[in-house]
Amino acid sequence: MSTTVAPERRPRNPRRVLRTGALHAVSITVGAAVVVPIVFGILGGFKDNGQLFANPFGLPDPWVPGNYLDAVSSTAFWMQATNSVVVAIASTVLVVLVGAMAAYIFARYAFPGREVVFMVFAIGLMFPFAVAILPLFVLLREMNLLDNPLGVILPQAAFGLPITIVILRSFFRSIPAEVEESAVLDGCGPFRFFWRILLPMSRPALGTVSVLAVVGSWNNFLLPLIVFNDSRWWTLPLGVQQFQSQYSADTARILAYVTLAMLPSLVCYAFAERQLIGGLTSGIGKD
Amino acid sequence: MLTEERRPAPAPPQPAGPRRRRRRPWPTVVAFLSPALVLFALLVLTPIVIAAYSSFFEWNGFGVPTTFVGLDNFHRLLTDEIFAGDLRRALLLVVLSLAIQLPVSLALAMLLNQPLRGRRAYRMLFFTPYVLSEVVTAVLFTMIFSPNQGLANHVTRLIGLGDLGATWLADPDTVMYSLFLVISWKYFGFHTILYLAGRQGIPPELHDAAAIDGAGPWQAFRHITLPLLGPTIRISVFLSILGTIQLFDMIWVLTGGGPIRSSETLAVTMFQEGFKRFHVGYASAISMAIFLISLTFGLLYQRFVLRRDLEGAITTIGDRR
Repeated sequence: MSTTVAPERRPRNPRRVLRTGALHAVSITVGAAVVVPIVFGILGGFKDNGQLFANPFGLPDPWVPGNYLDAVSSTAFWMQATNSVVVAIASTVLVVLVGAMAAYIFARYAFPGREVVFMVFAIGLMFPFAVAILPLFVLLREMNLLDNPLGVILPQAAFGLPITIVILRSFFRSIPAEVEESAVLDGCGPFRFFWRILLPMSRPALGTVSVLAVVGSWNNFLLPLIVFNDSRWWTLPLGVQQFQSQYSADTARILAYVTLAMLPSLVCYAFAERQLIGGLTSGIGKD
Repeated sequence: MLTEERRPAPAPPQPAGPRRRRRRPWPTVVAFLSPALVLFALLVLTPIVIAAYSSFFEWNGFGVPTTFVGLDNFHRLLTDEIFAGDLRRALLLVVLSLAIQLPVSLALAMLLNQPLRGRRAYRMLFFTPYVLSEVVTAVLFTMIFSPNQGLANHVTRLIGLGDLGATWLADPDTVMYSLFLVISWKYFGFHTILYLAGRQGIPPELHDAAAIDGAGPWQAFRHITLPLLGPTIRISVFLSILGTIQLFDMIWVLTGGGPIRSSETLAVTMFQEGFKRFHVGYASAISMAIFLISLTFGLLYQRFVLRRDLEGAITTIGDRR
């Protein structure tokens, strides 16, 4: 067997070995810099504060599951996770549906003023959330939407519209006009075309904008912070921050809570890695 | 906006030119566009208009603003030391990012482009911090920087730097650098992935040809990779600067702007003034400053820097097909 493989293998050039070694060394170092804080959090949750002080690095000895058990058995944690999920799903469905409808018009209908209206949305990419947050608070208070999930869902969707529309418009444009023409010849109206043909054909792009919307909503902090005063509505980022100020002296307990709050993102990332990376690079790199 | 008067006269029936055939578009346009327009106008544009309006008033945020003060808030802004400090701090972070974070990301992307075992795993790993929320990251690093049980001091002790002590986030002189460390931890992977995607979009023939002509790796990088990565780099610089101008969550949780306001950003100052001190008029003026800085920067950048990148621009404003 070795005789058949040997000729295929390139001769071991010492410089090449050195180079590969160096590449690995750098990658491992950077990888460690990424992993160590996360592992510190995970393992730290299994220590008590004394252990954490004496031995912040190593494995817990003994393992103390109490901090995790406390968090998992608290209703607050599950309520926050549920709220995060509800807000993320609702705002994503809303922004993708409404954004797709608008993108369809921008992509395939010519009407006077189209470019101006589109430009208003496109410039919205540069509107910082922080600019609007104060008047948004006043506005939501007037509309009685404080301490109401809609108070987060609607603005979250509104601020997600620019990126959704920009990405979907360019995707819809890439679908040949012949598809629409033949559908129209077969008597298909714009609504049916949109719903039955365009959207099903656009699954990859819809996946991209959905992932962006879910991540954006899941991680948003400022908006829930001002809208939700009542802790029943808190989302996970709010809960984590409040938990930190509540138990500020109890590092191990906070680490367990943070780890649990990290988990959903990490699990999602593990499953949707391609979609997410592809989505971000296509959404931001090219129109 | 889409008024009925502007509806074009019904087109005369045209001969069988399928491409030119236009049905009356207005009902469809209005039906499909109005949900987005209503949502956007009500919850994005209106707040910005309100912020602009209330920046001319002294107002505590309750009732209707009545005490018109003209440009006083803006005048105060220009003489406010905190505001000037916010701008200095933003500039510091921008400079650090452009000088350190982005070049390191670029180098890592080049590295990950090499044939390297476990390349995919590294790529996935480097990007992981980006998926964590800023709040989760910030809380995690608060614990890492914690004076007693934190990892940071433990490491400095281990490598013989002794006790840098409690100074990470608690010392006005070091706090911004510690923040930069956390920001870099979270975002370098994002830029690395952008660069990697850009690098992989370069046709391999170009590098093959260069190799045949005897170009070394550095020459190939300098004369082929770098110029062709131009659009990606310009986008990444754009996002990095815009992100810095608007930084809030991370700072709010890590330091709250402290110690003694030495890590405040524009958005943190705005939040303090608006939601803690109820100086809503003044806070609105800060909002407008953030808005104007972002927008001016964004438009100038698009106009002068991104113009070359027809396809690479973040938006294709005014693009007519």
